[in-house]
Amino acid sequence: MKYIDEFRNGDYAAEVARRIHAEADPERRYRFMEFCGGHTHTLFRYGIPDLLPANVKMIHGPGCPVCVLPMARIDAAIELAVRHQVVLCSYGDMLRVPGAHRTSLQKAKSQGADVRMLYSPADALRIALENPQRQVVFFAIGFETTTPPTAAVLLKAQELKLRNFSVFCNHVLTPPAITGILEPAQQAGERIIEGLVGPGHVSVITGGGAYDSLARRYRTPIVIAGFEPLDILHSILLLVRQCNAGRYDVENQYSRAVTASGNAKAQSMAARTMTLRDSFEWRGLGWMPHSALRIRPEFADYDAERRFELSPSEARENKACECPAVLRGAKAPTDCKLFATVCTPDNPIGACMVSSEGACAAHYSYGHTR
Amino acid sequence: MCLAIPVQVESLLDNDEALVDIGGLKKRISLALVDDVCVGDYVILHVGYALSKIDEDEALRTLELFDQMQALQEELGASLESDGSGD
Repeated sequence: MKYIDEFRNGDYAAEVARRIHAEADPERRYRFMEFCGGHTHTLFRYGIPDLLPANVKMIHGPGCPVCVLPMARIDAAIELAVRHQVVLCSYGDMLRVPGAHRTSLQKAKSQGADVRMLYSPADALRIALENPQRQVVFFAIGFETTTPPTAAVLLKAQELKLRNFSVFCNHVLTPPAITGILEPAQQAGERIIEGLVGPGHVSVITGGGAYDSLARRYRTPIVIAGFEPLDILHSILLLVRQCNAGRYDVENQYSRAVTASGNAKAQSMAARTMTLRDSFEWRGLGWMPHSALRIRPEFADYDAERRFELSPSEARENKACECPAVLRGAKAPTDCKLFATVCTPDNPIGACMVSSEGACAAHYSYGHTR
Repeated sequence: MCLAIPVQVESLLDNDEALVDIGGLKKRISLALVDDVCVGDYVILHVGYALSKIDEDEALRTLELFDQMQALQEELGASLESDGSGD
């Protein structure tokens, strides 16, 4: 397909890899974090780490929305489906993530709860229209990319004056997560990465300008990258060049889709329907201020957290699971005792093994087992 | 779930929707988040919604950069080879 094949061109890729080898200073180390789970997926799928010099290392970041959602929120979704008996609509990879006591939405479904996997929030709206006698809840998760589609269905539900539709909002924000990774290191006077492969599709919405202050504050170059193998290799080359030159700018490698200011229409729809939460819990990063969105009071009728009473969760993470450290880039999946032994894609213990964008699943699926 | 892909718009439908081709599969998507989409445009598709158009000029510019990179390498390679044969 146009704009895919060209960006998978093997000759170009070999040439860019040669450049990285030629320009990376053997005396330095280059640790680059790819924030986005989609980038992790491409890196492994195309064996990109094998093309890099030994001193250029990729570290996986927290950019998988399924992986960063804490158990308490999964338990709340299960409670909506089981105790409140709503039709719970969820993106597919959320269904298998374990909550407390090894339950999951999938297990709740097998025990009779009405849990439905969907591809688009528009499908949740359709289910609500087709089932006026049932309460339908859309389990909304994701970063800035996935927020505007949720906003679109909230606006549509209001326009249609739907009485049986609401959203369980778990949308999270990228800049606070980057801060959550880089701030502790800065405070400790350490450097954990030399550069960041910035999120591509998040930036389609936010615009590249959203990262300028982060690059400056943490003196860390950020290159916003597309998702084809050549995009990522090219971005690594641009990061190497910035490191060598002592620069820390935001560069936009994905200029065919990302502008400086992003998608203003999508931003405005999200701002009309959602607003910042004071604080939100992230798996691996803990409670972070102003790091997530809730539904605005004007849309309270469509806010599942207001419509349904939810119990406080007693969730406890499995102590042996290293997902929190893997999400912070502090450990590699292979550092976890459970990886590829107890924890596999067929029997995931932690969220990083469940989602195809999770670092552990990517390691496992592409043959990087022990 | 976060994966988004480029797709080409085949036709425009009512209710701010469009028909797209995903590797031979026809799918109805929403254009609620983008303005001025025309038939033939490529858009980034995510959870059933077009997030942005792909700028063809920018895509070609990036590819040109790789062309130049490779051309330069080939020139350098050729000149090294000719140096070698002259010895």
